[in-house]
Amino acid sequence: MISRILAATAPEGGEAPNPLLPADYDILWSSVVFVVLLVFFWFKVLPGFKKMLDERAKAIEGRLAEAEAAQRAAEERTNQVEAEQAQLRAESSSIREEARAEGAAILAELKQQASKDAERMAEVTKSTLIAERDSAANALQNEIGALAIELASRIVGEKLADDKVANKVVDQFIAELESKKA
Amino acid sequence: MLSLFAAEGGEFHPPSIFEFYPEIVAFEGTPFAINRIMMIRLIVMVVLIVLFWLWTNKFNKAVKTGNVVPGRFQLLGEMALNFVRKTIAHDQLGEKDGERFLPLLTTIFFMVFGMNITGIIPFANIAGTSVIGIPLVLAAAAYVTFIYAGVKKHGVKFFKNSLFPSGVPPAFYILVTPIELLSTFILRPVTLALRLLMNMIAGHLLLVLCFSATQFFFFQAEGLMSLFGAGTLLFGFAFTLFEILVSVLQAYVFTLLTTVYIQLALADEH
Repeated sequence: MISRILAATAPEGGEAPNPLLPADYDILWSSVVFVVLLVFFWFKVLPGFKKMLDERAKAIEGRLAEAEAAQRAAEERTNQVEAEQAQLRAESSSIREEARAEGAAILAELKQQASKDAERMAEVTKSTLIAERDSAANALQNEIGALAIELASRIVGEKLADDKVANKVVDQFIAELESKKA
Repeated sequence: MLSLFAAEGGEFHPPSIFEFYPEIVAFEGTPFAINRIMMIRLIVMVVLIVLFWLWTNKFNKAVKTGNVVPGRFQLLGEMALNFVRKTIAHDQLGEKDGERFLPLLTTIFFMVFGMNITGIIPFANIAGTSVIGIPLVLAAAAYVTFIYAGVKKHGVKFFKNSLFPSGVPPAFYILVTPIELLSTFILRPVTLALRLLMNMIAGHLLLVLCFSATQFFFFQAEGLMSLFGAGTLLFGFAFTLFEILVSVLQAYVFTLLTTVYIQLALADEH
């Protein structure tokens, strides 16, 4: 079929060249073009292209890793903050607890102190009272003694007088006492 | 049909095989001879190098600045390179072997596409692959590569596995071995080269036919015949779009088949 097409297209008279047989210059220039392009693609274009693709893949992977790291850091920070909060809460409650205990202790101490003071005061009062009473008793005794002596000497001085006299002396004495008292 | 129009005014020139053998403009008679098509190939090579050089600079800059977000231009280059890398190489060969053979596959894809697309680029108007040199060189490269891949992996057993597939009763080798020899070691490179070459030749002839007919109808035909020109122009436009598709498709098919051949050579069982 090919040869029929070629025969049909060949001008009359001219000998049709066979397109399946290459001319030497045809092969030469085809080979030159092929070799030049092969070398060009092999050593210039494709290495650059591959390097660019590798770099891009690396960059994309790097960015993914970066994002992942950032997320992990954020999670860590959240955990840390939460832990800190929990710790603070625990600390504050323990502080409150301590304060309450301390307050109770202070109260107890104060109470104890107060009762001790009260006791001591009571004791002091008591001893003062005893001392005053003693001194009063002493003074009374002394006075009573003196009075008794005075009374006795009066009674002796008025030995001649009758009962009337004696009564009169006693009454007088009592009245004297009373007036003294007053 | 051609002869009908040719008879009409005697002016219509149908496209011929000489389309693919333009005048030699330099170094005539030496292996360095240059004609229009060789010039187109060299220009395509330079354009590919400049384009991918710019992209490589973008990639290097991205690495240097640590910028991972590509711009629009850089993204286009990444998509083009990743199409071969992922859709063809990694899918067929896996990542490790895919990377090993990536330089060849990338070169084949962009070279075939670049040379094909000149078939519809104004002022070039002929594909760099429409002369057998490039299809032949690329098919040879694919051929050498898949044999290299097989021998590197399996040693001499590669040929034994290919020619004497396991699981076949020994008596059948009389039948199977010649078929395998023919299909694996002869037809594969031949079909690779011819599929590309014939697609490009046929595409070019179709476009030339459509547009030279349009020219003929518009400027040489008389009366109502000139109306046919609108039809042929429309066809030419449609085939131009079709040629864009063919350019991409042939580049894809050539690269994919090369990858599949390498994959079959690397496979443990044949």
